Amino acid sequence: MVVDSGERRAVDRLFHALSDGTRRDIVVRTLQGEHSVSALARLYPMSFAAVQKHVAVLHEAGLVAKRRQGREQLVSGDVEALRRAGAVLDALEDVWRARVERMSALLEEDS
Amino acid sequence: MTVVSVDKDRVARTLTITAEFAAPAERVWRLWADPRKLERWWFPPGVTAVVHEHDLTTGGRVTYDCETPDGPRSGSWDLRHVDEPRRIEFALASPGVPTTDVRITVADRPGGTRVTILVRFAGDADLEFMLSIGFDRGLSAAVAQGDELLGP
Repeated sequence: MVVDSGERRAVDRLFHALSDGTRRDIVVRTLQGEHSVSALARLYPMSFAAVQKHVAVLHEAGLVAKRRQGREQLVSGDVEALRRAGAVLDALEDVWRARVERMSALLEEDS
Repeated sequence: MTVVSVDKDRVARTLTITAEFAAPAERVWRLWADPRKLERWWFPPGVTAVVHEHDLTTGGRVTYDCETPDGPRSGSWDLRHVDEPRRIEFALASPGVPTTDVRITVADRPGGTRVTILVRFAGDADLEFMLSIGFDRGLSAAVAQGDELLGP
């Protein structure tokens, strides 16, 4: 498996998308249900255009899906991406719990 | 119990593990400042590993090779911040694997230390990678082995 520049860019987009508190909040809200961009804009002390830009960043990173309904643009969280993230976190938890146990055993050894 | 809390944030893609050790910060720090100790906790039992470069300073690098049941692998830590004996931050890199960031902080508490480990992973490719190397299977084997090795 080779990390090509496309994959690198995808990772950069993801990190950038999640680096902002408003964007993380949008992800959490849209996972619980579909929201229109205008409904989201009412939640934050910023312009409609600013919220629309946040949504665009999240969409490019693959964190939310967008669809149009009449004049409204509806945003929903990508549940599948979150499920995959949950699976990685479960695996990482196992790895790090085991590491912590080994750390603890080493500390006892030389005390 | 060593691990006192685990917090997983699926949106921010972070894992935070807090553990308590009955050892002072200087001794906990040696777990990674001593390459021979690092070799013994970083890798699961059954994996033979050698740490080569070991420059534990901000901007420095730690590199290692290991022999896994699925073949040889190598990896490195790129040190982003080192504040002995309180805080170490590094980006983990291994060929073909998106970067994972790790931050370990060591705080004093009565009778020892409280160590907080924050792990942030980049993308879905991590999972694909882990599955591709038979991560699940290897891990349960390593945990079973670990119980024997860590016995009295």
